[in-house]
Amino acid sequence: MSAATVLLIVLAIGAAAFAVAYRRAAGLRPEAGQKLHSRAGYHGAYAFVMAVLPAILFLALWKAASPAYVENAVWNDLPEQVQTAPDSNKSLLMGMVTSIGDGVRRLSDAELEQAKAGSVDLRELFAAKGVALASSGEPYMVPAAVAYNEMTDASVRYSGIGTILLALAGAVYGLTGISVRRRARNNVERIMLWGLMAASTIAILTTIGIVLSMLFQTISFFQSVPLSNFFFGTVWDPRFAAAGSGGTTGQFGLIPLLAGTLYIALVAMLFAVPIGLFAAIYMAEYASRRVRSIVKPVLEILAGIPTIVYGIFALATVGPLLRDLSAALAGGQPFILAQSVLTAGLVMGIMLIPFVSSLSDDIITAVPRAMHDGSLGLGATRSETMRRVILPAALPGIVGALLLTASRAIGETMIVVLAAGVAANLTINPGEAMTTITVKIVNQLTGDLEFTSPQTLVAFALGITLFAITLAMNVFALYIVRKYREQYE
Amino acid sequence: MLTDVAMEQKLAPTQDQHMIKIQGQEVCVHYGEKQALFSVNLDVRENQVTALIGPSGCGKSTFLRCLNRMNDTIDSARVSGTITLDGENIYDKAIDVVELRARVGMVFQKPNPFPKSIYENVAYGPRIHGLAKKKADLDEIVETSLKKAAIWNEVKDRLHEAGTGLSGGQQQRLCIARAIAVSPEVILMDEPCSALDPIATARVEELIDELRQNYTIVIVTHSMQQAARVSQRTAMFHLGYLVEEGDTDKMFTNPDDKRTQDYITGRFG
Amino acid sequence: MTDLSLSEGKVAPRARRDIGLRRRYAAEARFRFYGIFAIALGIFFLLALLFTVFKGGYTAFWQTSINLPITFDAETIDPDNKRATDPGKLLTANYTVLARNALAEKLGIDVEDKANRADLKLVSGLISQGVRTQLRDIVVADPSVIGTTRNVWVLAAADVDSAHKGQIDLAVPEARRKVKDQQVEWMNKLSQEGMMAERFNSGLFTFGASSRPETSGMGVALIGSLYMMLIVLVLSLPIGVAASIYLEEFAPKNRMTDLIEVNINNLAAVPSIVFGLLGLAVFINFAGLPRSASLVGGLVLTLMTLPTIIIATRAALKAVPPSIRSAALGVGASRMQMVFHHVLPLAAPGILTGTIIGLAQALGETAPLLLIGMVAFVANYPATPMDPATALPVQIFMWANEAERAFVERTSGAIIILLLFLAAMNLAAIILRRRFERRW
Repeated sequence: MSAATVLLIVLAIGAAAFAVAYRRAAGLRPEAGQKLHSRAGYHGAYAFVMAVLPAILFLALWKAASPAYVENAVWNDLPEQVQTAPDSNKSLLMGMVTSIGDGVRRLSDAELEQAKAGSVDLRELFAAKGVALASSGEPYMVPAAVAYNEMTDASVRYSGIGTILLALAGAVYGLTGISVRRRARNNVERIMLWGLMAASTIAILTTIGIVLSMLFQTISFFQSVPLSNFFFGTVWDPRFAAAGSGGTTGQFGLIPLLAGTLYIALVAMLFAVPIGLFAAIYMAEYASRRVRSIVKPVLEILAGIPTIVYGIFALATVGPLLRDLSAALAGGQPFILAQSVLTAGLVMGIMLIPFVSSLSDDIITAVPRAMHDGSLGLGATRSETMRRVILPAALPGIVGALLLTASRAIGETMIVVLAAGVAANLTINPGEAMTTITVKIVNQLTGDLEFTSPQTLVAFALGITLFAITLAMNVFALYIVRKYREQYE
Repeated sequence: MLTDVAMEQKLAPTQDQHMIKIQGQEVCVHYGEKQALFSVNLDVRENQVTALIGPSGCGKSTFLRCLNRMNDTIDSARVSGTITLDGENIYDKAIDVVELRARVGMVFQKPNPFPKSIYENVAYGPRIHGLAKKKADLDEIVETSLKKAAIWNEVKDRLHEAGTGLSGGQQQRLCIARAIAVSPEVILMDEPCSALDPIATARVEELIDELRQNYTIVIVTHSMQQAARVSQRTAMFHLGYLVEEGDTDKMFTNPDDKRTQDYITGRFG
Repeated sequence: MTDLSLSEGKVAPRARRDIGLRRRYAAEARFRFYGIFAIALGIFFLLALLFTVFKGGYTAFWQTSINLPITFDAETIDPDNKRATDPGKLLTANYTVLARNALAEKLGIDVEDKANRADLKLVSGLISQGVRTQLRDIVVADPSVIGTTRNVWVLAAADVDSAHKGQIDLAVPEARRKVKDQQVEWMNKLSQEGMMAERFNSGLFTFGASSRPETSGMGVALIGSLYMMLIVLVLSLPIGVAASIYLEEFAPKNRMTDLIEVNINNLAAVPSIVFGLLGLAVFINFAGLPRSASLVGGLVLTLMTLPTIIIATRAALKAVPPSIRSAALGVGASRMQMVFHHVLPLAAPGILTGTIIGLAQALGETAPLLLIGMVAFVANYPATPMDPATALPVQIFMWANEAERAFVERTSGAIIILLLFLAAMNLAAIILRRRFERRW
């Protein structure tokens, strides 16, 4: 009985409970002066929920908990010398056992006996049945696999029976005591409220998930690489760390990546902020409604273009253009490389223009009209009004908006992956290539992964650093913007 | 500088000795499709307080905003007819709106001090217009303006604190000081007391009466009593039309128009 | 000059003051110009970007093909005549040679003559290796074609395609270019006879991954993206709406809801790559879901899209005036009924608009998908969301990393398709907003 079948049966029970409850409630004849508290549909819904909800929760819990329990039981039955093996082998061994379990199901009785006796090569035997084994396996694994199969089957059986019984019990509970005064609607609505509440916690769960998932991997990374080498190291060269033998110092240095990240973000901001801000000022102050209704969405198209497209624009168009341009200017050797801080910063700047402009536009238009009129009424020109009254008043909000934009620049990935380069340089020349935290996360995690090697784990340390930086900026920026809005509300 | 037209007007027989400062002729205002003001003819006399009264939506604020072309800031607004200031049409191409507004200052319904210090609020106008060459001059303008706005004693010890931290009445007087600092010839006030409590209102009304010595004042007000208290002349608007205008005393005792009478006696409004 | 009127009683008509108008208006004009310049620059960048993409990419929608009268020679396909007993024969037959012979015959080259071996090699070079599967599929679908002759459009090799589109500089010495002079001559001949032409490149939409540009397409990526969008829609819309309803209509104002609020706003600004790390650690490493699967991609994108949808939904719910709520409560509806019968339907257009925009963002997202292994060489369509797949933007990324000229135009072509999808989605959102826009 698969989980899907069980689920279908439970739903059928629920549907039946709904129908019965509906008919009963509809058939109730209130006495004079009384009326049905809840409409029949709510009685039905209540019975349905009672039948389905506990049963499904039970099934889900069982499904989540039983594999660990079964594995543990099988593990404890394995020979002693196997159990004393290091932890890292455990998952490997259990993987073998489960694969063998898969294979055992396809064997005939005679073949099974042979396998148990260890008289055949398991790998060959199973390969013929279409199950690939990682290694040839040991004879003791076969009984363990058989036990594993039995326990899993039993678990599925019991959970199925339990779930269906629970559904039936729930249905009976929901059906008893249907009466005129029963507050079925309130009960159903209370359950709905719980559901809504649960949905709203997903944001917190996601944040916790982000932090925890990265934290665990980061901690195991710092078990092989000291904190100071990561945070203060100036050399990024993870390749040789695998060789071990104490040669890991200084090779996971964060500094060059952080420098590259901040440098590129700085170039992008230097480019995007004046353009975005002046565009916002023009749209808020000068543009007629018609012009504004055209220009604003057109600029926002820039925000809707996926970053991969910007990345390719940088890689295929802007980078070569800057290189050739600089070569022409210098008369030979280009002083800007195709993959460089400038290329990545420039293209990222283009991407950021609409963020700066629409955030600033919102902030500027949130300054009360009275300020504007007050200044104009004194004979100020529009630019004077803007520079001396509106912008100073909007300054905190704009700072917040720029922080949000900068956080976006720091976390941007695809543009820098394609346009910034992969060499972890420390340089102040914007014409050279630098690399960023995000680029290195991608580099370390594409290809073969081993969740035990520092080369893989360092990506999580980088990730949590990135998360911490952007989180601080976002929280601070959102706080400023919120305070700013409250001021004018 | 007086033009010939204004000279003639000055020589023309009027009910009193005050010259005509602003003359509106056939002023019409449209907001998009909607006409808000219909052929208004109204004179404003120098060194007097002229009150514009009428029920809400009658066009009195619209007319006021025409006098320093604040309607220009609204995209859909169109103004026709002529309004002359000292005989010059302010809607003429040769007239610069910035200069006009420096001559015709404005105080708004809700106090709107800039989010700057009290000093900077008052110094704003003189600074942008370059009215003070030296810091000392600027200090003097600020002090004089605050004194004239009758708020100096309350703020002299905290000139560098935020203007937004003052009470509503103080803020409105600060805004008046800000307008005075540019030394305009005319001050327009758009329901300056509507957001204030009675005590603050009394202070501002007193102030308006004092300011009349030096400035020509046009005030839009919702309150009959206020118009009666502070103004010498009153104009009554209704549904975009100027119903009646004349000496305040006469308007409140013996109006010509039935609608004015109804409004003053509180039948509508 | 300081003003006299401050100290004088009666005002005389004043001389005009100098308030620096000329200088101030110059500053005004400059300021205004900066604004116009900034906007023009923004629009210029947009146009430059779109222009380079379309210029580089539109040719990808046509692919050079050769129309060949192919004789399905039984001798070549099944020399031992075993196909009745062993259908595998048809799968492994040497189909490439059929196409080569057909083309050689057209060009007047004797196939049997050993002296022509060099020429025959060049002839083979004109035809895509993909011809093997193409002819095989024809034969397997209908074995009765064996022994007959049929006209078939076969794909030309990628370099030939590039040359035909004029993307290869023929002035370069022959030794240093991939298309030889002899081949160019044949191409011209074939073109003149109408046997070589550019035809609509349907393979771009149907093929999976391939190392040969002419037989690689976005089929797998389209399906993968479709799966992911469905998963995002099915998960994030109900959860997002439920969360918004709770926060907007029921939640008490306390520290918990404050925390949720801050969390949602912050999640909307967390770098997307961090979600990729989350997906890798939680869904793949911890929960044991397969790498490269669209299910994992969908889950990661769901978490990314939720904040967008929640923020949009809350705005839409806020926009429903309180009078509607009071009216519903006034006739005796419960709060839950008020929300589901009155507020939610009125907020629906806003919610849908936000959802479409969230989906569009998710469709263009690349970075997190790289981390969960969607940069994979997948040749076969994924049957379920658990199978390995790629996604549209990831496909673009992979093609961008290929060196061959023919992949460059495919990269841009794929970008065009992605942008068209996004444009369609955003357009739908705009139309929805316009149509149902309500002013209270």
